[in-house]
Amino acid sequence: MIEHRISNASVAHLPRGVRLHDDRVRGIRVLLAPERAIQLDAVGDAILSELDGRRSIGDVILLLSQRYAAPVEQIEADVRDFLQGLVDRRMVFLSADGGA
Amino acid sequence: MDQAAARHDILGNPVQAGLPMAMLAELTHRCPLSCPYCSNPVELTRISAELSTAEWADLFRQAADMGVLHVHLSGGEPASRRDLREIAAAARDAGLYVNLITSGIGLTEARLRDLDGLVDHVQLSLQGIDSDMADWISGYAGSFSRKMQVAEWVRAVGFPITLNAVVHRQNLDRLPEMIDLAERLECRRIEVATVQFHGWADLNRRPLMPTMAQAQRAREVVNAARTRLRGRMVIDYVPADHHATYPKSCMGGWGSTGLNVAPDGTVLPCHAAQTIPGLEFQTIREAPLAEIWRDGPAFNAFRGTGWMREPCSSCARREVDFGGCRCQAMAVARDPLATDPVCSLSPHNARLRAMAEADADSDDVALVYRRMERETSR
Repeated sequence: MIEHRISNASVAHLPRGVRLHDDRVRGIRVLLAPERAIQLDAVGDAILSELDGRRSIGDVILLLSQRYAAPVEQIEADVRDFLQGLVDRRMVFLSADGGA
Repeated sequence: MDQAAARHDILGNPVQAGLPMAMLAELTHRCPLSCPYCSNPVELTRISAELSTAEWADLFRQAADMGVLHVHLSGGEPASRRDLREIAAAARDAGLYVNLITSGIGLTEARLRDLDGLVDHVQLSLQGIDSDMADWISGYAGSFSRKMQVAEWVRAVGFPITLNAVVHRQNLDRLPEMIDLAERLECRRIEVATVQFHGWADLNRRPLMPTMAQAQRAREVVNAARTRLRGRMVIDYVPADHHATYPKSCMGGWGSTGLNVAPDGTVLPCHAAQTIPGLEFQTIREAPLAEIWRDGPAFNAFRGTGWMREPCSSCARREVDFGGCRCQAMAVARDPLATDPVCSLSPHNARLRAMAEADADSDDVALVYRRMERETSR
């Protein structure tokens, strides 16, 4: 069974076929996936840029809360909602997916 | 020079062009299969007219410079181009996300390994769930077993796969098995698309038109599978047009986000646009892609909402579905400015539904296969 509920212990990564892209024509950052291009705001870009397949979601939350001097609870809610949506759409994989 | 003043729709209303997101590159019309619902035009482009590798490479750079993010390498069968690797490399070099749309026929393990790192994603078509169905529909003996072999190679290289199941009356009842197959192949996505009855498919309405009962069961199957597969596989389902209340937003709005390039470089707002008489198309051998996109009369013809008539022009959904498909309006209402007849508000809707129901009731199973050598009598 593939893990698809995010917890702070989850380790997430962008699977093959999903990548961050500099859209120089529109001057935005986008997440490219099959048949989908999602415009990222600064927070979304920061979250996805920290997914290295090793760091846990909890670590990413701590790191971002320090970087943006924001309360952990607020960052935690942002990160988990954002990533859960992408996990459900198969654009972010959790480590139990086996790195495929 | 101010060209903006010259940009107008088919009725002379001023229009503006945005930035395109996606380009469908029909590399060739050659294909080993003969699917009777092929989206290629009935008049197919010959090999001698196809763009060269260098012309495609230049086109990809132009597209990326205009804001295109995704390129879909399609056909015909793109693997019928011997230079597929060079073409994919050029697209990736241009900075595009490269989706390979293929039947799998013509791909080998070695060719797939050559595409590793160039192609981002593979979209594999599915004509049926076993050899009996798939080989009959594709008109190609052995296509199903070959496709299953190719799917294993695609997985072995590591490409993510979307299974693209084209459904119609002959195979829609086997949708649960199609979803099971996608699961076995560890697809992240399956696209279940009902045949669009244009072009070749229009010649096969009687054998292919799904029944209302089938469509309702399919909806239930999809909904149950979505719940069961949440977080594991995404299911995109495109029902038959006439089973919906409102039309689909074809191409996300004419000339707004997508463009198609035919094998000879003709740039089209959608793959069926040439069925609308009087539209003027250009090829990339005549003009830069950006100019065709921005100023091409065919692209501007139905941009925006100014060209619309009632019931579209005052409709709250006019910028949701843009009046639906212009080609279908042409085909059924004989008027490209009409509301898409699949819309429940169209005066042609009752006739369209009656036609579709009569087609669905037919027990005709004789297929008109897509053939390249077809006599040109149309």
